[in-house]
Formats: sequence, C-alpha cells, structure tokens
Amino acid sequence: MYGWLWRKLPGGYAGKIGGCVALCLAALALLFFVVFPWVEPRLPWNEVTVNSPSIEQTVAPSSPSALPS
Amino acid sequence: MTPDFAVVTRGSRTNQVIRAVGELLITLGVVVFLFIGYELWFTGLYTAQAQTDLKHQLAASWASPAPAPSASPTLTASGGPAPSGVPIASAPAVAHVTLPGDAIGIIRIPHLGANYGYAIVEGVSTDDLKKGPGHYPGTADPGGIGNFVISGHRTTYLAPFNGLGDLVVGDAIVIETRDTYYTYRVTNTASVLPTDIGVALPVPGEPRAKPTHALITLTTCNPKYSASHRLIISGLLESALPKSAGLPPALTGA
Repeated sequence: MYGWLWRKLPGGYAGKIGGCVALCLAALALLFFVVFPWVEPRLPWNEVTVNSPSIEQTVAPSSPSALPS
Repeated sequence: MTPDFAVVTRGSRTNQVIRAVGELLITLGVVVFLFIGYELWFTGLYTAQAQTDLKHQLAASWASPAPAPSASPTLTASGGPAPSGVPIASAPAVAHVTLPGDAIGIIRIPHLGANYGYAIVEGVSTDDLKKGPGHYPGTADPGGIGNFVISGHRTTYLAPFNGLGDLVVGDAIVIETRDTYYTYRVTNTASVLPTDIGVALPVPGEPRAKPTHALITLTTCNPKYSASHRLIISGLLESALPKSAGLPPALTGA
C-alpha cells in the first residue's frame, strides 16, 4: 500500500517526501475535523449526566420560572 | 533514483496481500492512538476557547447594570424551613432569560487548586457540555432552595471535573454569580448508576418531597474513562455572601 503510494508519487525524492507530508497532513485534518468529531458522540465514555427524558418534568417544581425573580 | 526498499519489497502475490493487510493494521493502530490524543487533548482546545468566551460573556454581563434592583440575597441559611411558607427569595438576580449554552456563573473548588474556576453553562446537551460544566435546566438556580445540579466532563474537553474523585466531605464548592458567592460544603460522595436520576431531584431520592434546603449536586463519569457509573458529589449551602464583601472565607483559605 505505502510502497505503491511511494512509487506513484511524482517529483523525484524531494517531491515524494513533499507528497508524503502533504498526504499525511490531509489525512490528519480529515481525521481530526471530520472523522473523530463524528465518531465521538457515538462512543459512550463522554456521558456524564444522569439521564432520563423525564428529568425536566420530575424537577419542574423548582424551575426558575416558578420562582419569584 | 527510486530507493532500493521500494523495489526489493515487491514479492509474490501472497506476500503483497500479507503486506497490505499488515500496513492496514498498523495504520489502524496509529489512527486509534490519534483518536486518544484527540479525545484527551485536542477536545480541550475547543473547551479552552469556549471558556474564554463564556468568561468574557459573564464579565460583560456582570459589568452592566442589574436587570432589576435585586433583593440582594443576604441569606446565610444552610437550609432550614422557609419562614411561613414564603419561598426564600434566593433566586439570584441573573437575567432570567438564560438560553442553553449561556454562562450562568463560575464554579470554584479550592481543593482542586486556587486557580480552579470554570464557567458553568446552561444546559447539559452534548454541545453544552463541550463548553464546560453544565447546569441541568429546571433544577434550582445557584443558592436556590432545591438542588443545583451540574454535570461536567472528567477526562475530555478540558476535563473540568477530573479531580472530583479527590473531594472529601467538608470541601468547599463556591459558585460565583453576578452579586453573590454561594459556598457549599460537600456532604457526601457516591457512585451511582447512570439511570439513577433520583440524585438530581430537589430532594434527592424523594420524588414527592418539598425541598427545604439549598443543595448542590455535581455529576461526572465514574470510574475515569468509563461510562458505567456516575460520580455524585453532594453538598449543602453554607453561606451566600455578597461579592461587595470580598472573597468568601473558602476562597481566601481562611
């Protein structure tokens, strides 16, 4: 895979190195700005709340709007 | 001019397939490492920026005149029944149209360092919590009778609640709002299941009870890097001191 890539990259030794760096940066950007942000919410370990859809109803009596301001 | 290794590594068809699979697996391993780096550090960059913005938002909001000539909260109650059925007007004079994602105050925990201070956002959605610790909409306001519930990330997004496991009974949690420093003292720490929403009730564990105390509850994931449980820090309001009187004892180290 990488051997094939190396052979396909144009521009002699310097050009191949430059092409590698450019491809690496592109891959990193794709991962950090597209792939990882998409994957993250689908994984469980960022859950920090105690959860139930009914929580807002359950605790509604002390909702700020119910208090004198 | 092609370096030798690019040539000599070509082999039989089988070799090529094995090599491709190996390279793929190595790449996958690298990507997983990168993801760990992304989670633990890169997400913090976003939160750091969001916190800066939120603190500016708070500073600007606090510097402008109060929305109403507030009955400045002078209660020093550590709870106690509300006198003659009148709800204690400890609802802080925040502008009462707080939108999800807005900053509502700053949480300070002296045990976690003199510089420990995070802007609390309104809301606990995924997006809210990326900005900092989030206040459950519908739970009590800072210092209010009932339960002031905050959730925060423990290992990612700057990990504001990373050190919560170090808190012990008696530690101070100070909530700074426009006019007031609310000092809570930790009364209990516990690890509960994620479904145990009873901890967020006005009177924890008692769905029907009418709240008479001003409580605080911090939640985060437990153990670290896991989502199997939630770490719950409970506290009781000790004092509510006007900011004009200077820093509260808990923050001066007195």
